[in-house]
Amino acid sequence: MTKTSVTQFIKKYTMVIALVVVFVLFAALTKGRLLYPQNMSNLLLQNAYVLVMACGMLLCILTGGNVDLSVGSTVCLIGAIGAQLMANTHLNAILVILICLAAACVIGVWQGFWIGYVHIPPFICTLAGMFLFRGFGRVVLDSHTVSINNKLFLNIFASYINIPGVDVETKWSAFAVGIVVAAVLLLFTIVNRARKAQKGYKQASAISQFGKIIVIDALVLVYTWKLAHYKGIPVMALWVLAVIFIYAFITSKTAFGRYFYAVGGNEKASKLSGIDTKKVYFMAYASMSLLAGLSGLLMAARIGSVNGDTGTSFEMDAIGSCFIGGASAYGGSGTVPGIMVGAILLGVINQGMSIIGLDNNWQYVVKGSVLLVAVIFDVVSNHKTGKAG
Amino acid sequence: MADNILVMKNITKEFPGVKALDNVNLEVERGEIHALVGENGAGKSTLMNVLSGIYPYGTYTGDIIYNGETCQFKTLNDSEQKGIVIIHQELALIPELSIGENMFLGNERKGKFGINWDETYHEAEQHMKQVGLKDDATTLIKDIGTGKQQLVEIAKALSKNVKLLILDEPTSSLNEEDSKMLLDLLLSFKKQGMTSIIISHKLNEIAYVADKITVVRDGSTIETIDNTARQVDEDRIIRGMVGREISDRYPAREHHISSEVGMEVKHWNVFHPVYIEKKVVDDVSFNVHKGEIVGFSGLQGAGRTELAMSIFGGSYGTNISGELFINGKPAKLRSERAAIEAGLAYVTEDRKGNGLVLDKSIAMNTTMARMDKICSHGVIDVDKENAAAEEYRQKLNTKTPTVQQLVGNLSGGNQQKVLLAKWMFADSDVLILDEPTRGIDVGAKYEIYCIMNDLVAQGKSVVMISSEMPELLGMCDRIYVMNEGHMVAEMPAAEATQEKIMAAILKSGKE
Repeated sequence: MTKTSVTQFIKKYTMVIALVVVFVLFAALTKGRLLYPQNMSNLLLQNAYVLVMACGMLLCILTGGNVDLSVGSTVCLIGAIGAQLMANTHLNAILVILICLAAACVIGVWQGFWIGYVHIPPFICTLAGMFLFRGFGRVVLDSHTVSINNKLFLNIFASYINIPGVDVETKWSAFAVGIVVAAVLLLFTIVNRARKAQKGYKQASAISQFGKIIVIDALVLVYTWKLAHYKGIPVMALWVLAVIFIYAFITSKTAFGRYFYAVGGNEKASKLSGIDTKKVYFMAYASMSLLAGLSGLLMAARIGSVNGDTGTSFEMDAIGSCFIGGASAYGGSGTVPGIMVGAILLGVINQGMSIIGLDNNWQYVVKGSVLLVAVIFDVVSNHKTGKAG
Repeated sequence: MADNILVMKNITKEFPGVKALDNVNLEVERGEIHALVGENGAGKSTLMNVLSGIYPYGTYTGDIIYNGETCQFKTLNDSEQKGIVIIHQELALIPELSIGENMFLGNERKGKFGINWDETYHEAEQHMKQVGLKDDATTLIKDIGTGKQQLVEIAKALSKNVKLLILDEPTSSLNEEDSKMLLDLLLSFKKQGMTSIIISHKLNEIAYVADKITVVRDGSTIETIDNTARQVDEDRIIRGMVGREISDRYPAREHHISSEVGMEVKHWNVFHPVYIEKKVVDDVSFNVHKGEIVGFSGLQGAGRTELAMSIFGGSYGTNISGELFINGKPAKLRSERAAIEAGLAYVTEDRKGNGLVLDKSIAMNTTMARMDKICSHGVIDVDKENAAAEEYRQKLNTKTPTVQQLVGNLSGGNQQKVLLAKWMFADSDVLILDEPTRGIDVGAKYEIYCIMNDLVAQGKSVVMISSEMPELLGMCDRIYVMNEGHMVAEMPAAEATQEKIMAAILKSGKE
């Protein structure tokens, strides 16, 4: 590799490299405990809510650096509604889930309407939402901690996939899934390259493309191997992956996703190009609240109870992940894979510090520093690539 | 030997991969108005940025000799200390602050405790008087027009005790009347002994105001033409700029105007979006046939842009009323999307502010108005998109390595082509082009004109709003004249002259 291609590589994969460095660092600091199957499994479960909400937050941020401050409170309110319905009525868990998601939609429509159609500044509108929904959440809970015992509900969100007979000591099903996923990814790349070659389109070099896919495949295999040695594939992982997949698809492949980038890049030009900018804002905040609602259910199922402080400062984790993952604070740029790296980076730091037993207060200091450094790096490196002058 | 206030010797300035200036020499005599002309990207602005210290000493090679001494400006302040003040194309005024506050921004008149406001406003008004500005110094910048804002910039320069005034495209956003006033102001300053350097694309203005004209091409100074006797004509300057003869500035076109009407507007009224009792467009009617280019002339603030945008799905104004017919059928356009679907296109005058997403690719910008054409079930076919963008890149001869290039990295003329490509891709029947050649060079203008001719040759209707009368006369079949929201005249281009248009405007103003 020439010198310029090395710098380009570093620039393109800065956060991935940072993630690897941090991961190795904490693996060493924890004397390998970070790599235990249980910890690897928890890494995903503990950050499920961040991964889900970062997807929605990305859409908000794309529209012009706007954030949604109310998501932590929405998590609490939706969790509270679900917990109380299950504790006090005999409704089927699936019906409860649907009611909760519908409630989240209502919250989303409420915020999206004010922000999109009445032009209330998002910061203020969602700040109000942060107080409102936290308050409603505590009212619903009546200041108690409500625990969740509904088997079906817990199975839907917080169980593990176990196939009787196959999954005994080692959960082979998990590793089998890993193998299948890895194979599909590889096959997909090959087919895609063949199609492009057939049509005569330009494509990336075979080394870089296959190199990338082999690395990803290796990670999938290693991770599922770890899961196989704990309790198998958590159902929650499927929910998270579904959300990530849907949002990655929307933002990168659809015209609707493209609108968010256009509006963030130049709202007036987008409007004059016939893009319904009001609807774009509306959808960003509506989808955000829906995902916050889903996170509320995931959270409630994982903890097994909901109280008035559930979800406190979750919005900051989601926002932080987006900015660490390369979303622009001015809107218009950022990708789902990027913010996933950001979220996992935050997650690794959290978990690593917890395993070491670092004081909770210091964890905040470290998180804050990482966020600041990431954004400084982003701004400075972008200025050096030709925007100056 | 002539008394030179400024000599720039062998200036060379390199950016990564590009030599922006290559051994440039410039001599400016004391008390003259010196014009710099050249195509976009020729290096005029770069040269002035070197002079004013925006590109600090050390980032270029060569010498700047000002008032007989060699200068090494490291910042803008260094050059301002010496009396060199540069006024940029994009005005550097803060809309929410008053005229006085803006004039002394960064140069505040300090009293014992903080700012001495009495002195600030007193001094401000004195300098404003010098430029013929009669407003109160406490007026906010956002409440005065662009013409006056430009005057504030000059007054600001005067407050800095300017000896050498540099104006980068001072008239690009002004109408003819304001431009004339500004140029006459420069001439009166000249009588008082001030030296000015003016960069402009408007050659008639340069021929009118400049004593010497230096032509810059591809980072080098080509020649300096003496215009003391005011005998240099525009063609002479163009020859120097492009290095070839442009025999005809407007491409010839066969006129095939259909009897069918592409768009007709009847009794159109629009009110101001904020001051809702103010009528911005008042009972305007006009039509454009298929295969016809119709021009809209008028001063700034005549209501032409407002008219166009209000027709385009009501993107400007409130309380819009009137009848609109597209291809003979009545149309009610409630949104921009509806307007696009009805076959209407509005190509904005402000390509950076309202037209393009600068930090996105050419491909993405090209398809933005009609993404459905490259999508199936809402999913974008990237290959199709690139192919479409590439097709228009070739058609319009946009200079770029790939269609993945960010639009913000293109020159003004090429950005304009991307904007046009966007609306050609939208496949509209009626195109409203608002100042389509603003701020782009002669060569690119010619290409834009050719594109317009192609469009009408395909039977489309084109409405062209322009503040440059020669361009309207050269390109249009028919010209409408607007003033203060009213339609005041309509004439076939063959019969129209600049004088007739001006007369129509002035006569209506008196009533």
